[in-house]
Amino acid sequence: MYSKDGENYFIVDAHVALWDARPENQRNIHGKQFIDCFYDYHRNLSPESEVWPYEEYLYQGSDRLMHDLFDVGYVDHAIFQPAHLGEFYVNGFGQTEEASALAKAHPDKLTYNHCWDPRNGEEGLKQLREDAARFGLKGAKLYTAEWHGQSRGWKLDDPWSYRYLEAAQELGIRNIHIHKGPTIRPLDRDAFDVADVDKVATDFTELNFVIEHCGLPRLEDFCWIATQEPNVHAGLAVAIPFIHTRPKYFGQIIGELLYWLDEDRIQFSSDYALWTPRWLVEAFVDFQIPEDLPEYAPLTTAQKKKILGLNAAAMYDIPVPGHLQLPREEPQAVAVA
Amino acid sequence: MSTLERDVLTALGTVVDPELDEPITDLGFVRSLDVDGDTVTVHLRLPTSFCSPNFAYLMASDAKDALVALPWTRRVTVELDDHHDSDLINRGLAADAGYRGTFAHEAQESLDELRVTFKRKAHTAAMERALTRLLRTDAGLVEADLHRVTLGDLPVDGATAALLRRRAAIGLGDDPALPVLVDHDGSPYPRDKVPLRLRMARSTRISIEGNAHFCRGLLATRYDLEENAS
Repeated sequence: MYSKDGENYFIVDAHVALWDARPENQRNIHGKQFIDCFYDYHRNLSPESEVWPYEEYLYQGSDRLMHDLFDVGYVDHAIFQPAHLGEFYVNGFGQTEEASALAKAHPDKLTYNHCWDPRNGEEGLKQLREDAARFGLKGAKLYTAEWHGQSRGWKLDDPWSYRYLEAAQELGIRNIHIHKGPTIRPLDRDAFDVADVDKVATDFTELNFVIEHCGLPRLEDFCWIATQEPNVHAGLAVAIPFIHTRPKYFGQIIGELLYWLDEDRIQFSSDYALWTPRWLVEAFVDFQIPEDLPEYAPLTTAQKKKILGLNAAAMYDIPVPGHLQLPREEPQAVAVA
Repeated sequence: MSTLERDVLTALGTVVDPELDEPITDLGFVRSLDVDGDTVTVHLRLPTSFCSPNFAYLMASDAKDALVALPWTRRVTVELDDHHDSDLINRGLAADAGYRGTFAHEAQESLDELRVTFKRKAHTAAMERALTRLLRTDAGLVEADLHRVTLGDLPVDGATAALLRRRAAIGLGDDPALPVLVDHDGSPYPRDKVPLRLRMARSTRISIEGNAHFCRGLLATRYDLEENAS
């Protein structure tokens, strides 16, 4: 919980990781390139006081994660969204055993989502069913630019991907977090394109699709799809740290999201350990749309409460203490766009 | 800088990052250039190892094409440094293998469609810039009125020139009587759709500008450079 100016905010960090990118876990040069890329994101967008030494960035471990999120980060509940990256890391990038054990030890504080890769075919489907039972999955994280043998990417509307989404729907894995990356097959097309999200959102209406980085670097395509598909949501991972270095740009992003989606479909996340939640939560509560952007309405406290935690809590059935909930809204006439 | 080096830099200035719609020379993507008689060697760099390989290849192969087209060059080497596909792309460039020859099973036909997609986005953003500025300078104008604004109504300045260049890139004309707010085929929108189309164009402009900020910042962080505002 975070409190400021007499207001209390319930915080759900909807995208965190427990990764291991230490040299002994790097399978090849790409393992180093990948974590170096993350570290440049971290160094470029963090306030100076929040920049970690490179060595610490390679691996955090359970204790540090618990401290950064819950002792000093104001987070009430966090959701693991692991990336496997088996072609880059010997034991994978996201640490399945350690993270899931931590979530099991602290079910009130942590939810473990797992990942799948439709290119694993029947065997992967079987594994998905086992994982669903083992972890009690409510959600999954899918990275479409994962390398896999000769293939370096897949699309959500590939036939095998449909099989996995059908299984997810059947197994009650309702919350599908999508992270687009730079590679896809064929390379003829834009790998960041989100048109496949549109298709699966239409075909799997029982599932929620949370598009991480709110579709960045294709914010415009994402907004247009999310406007038409009520089960498409925006994750603020990677977008929210712009609040420090480029507040005007962040104002434009949040202004666009509120215009095209609505305040119920935007989720806060620090993307830990890319960034830490404490400064992001503080900065977001203090944030207001800059005055030179008159095309956007000011952010309200209620909107901030929803984005910082209430939206994700509702999606994941995370209990919110009564005093942190918003007063019940009176039903209003539905505005027609 | 010698005349020949300036020549090389000018040629590289015609190469645009399709996603960011800016010349690679302005973005700091040219790491080094070396001229030795009729031999030119250029090294390119990008903000991350994981920038999209298709865009990386487009810029590197456009750079090579631009340098080969100079009348005095005989041997041209373009290399992309520090990228996850550096080896693949540099081998392809050295062998003039083309897109399909470079990416083999990962390539299907060509990158033409990708290029067109981003030229259209660049046009959309330029259109929004010109029209939003018009709205700000002319208090009597409301969004729906943009329906009747033509190229001739725009002030003669850099933003209008930029719009005309981006129109030309997707095959649209520059007649002053042509409407400004159009789709990529040049067709105007009905008056009642204008506010929505302007909003959509704005999100495209914000997206491109935001990506450019981020890429500049990451490049500066990666190579320990002074970060320049665009």
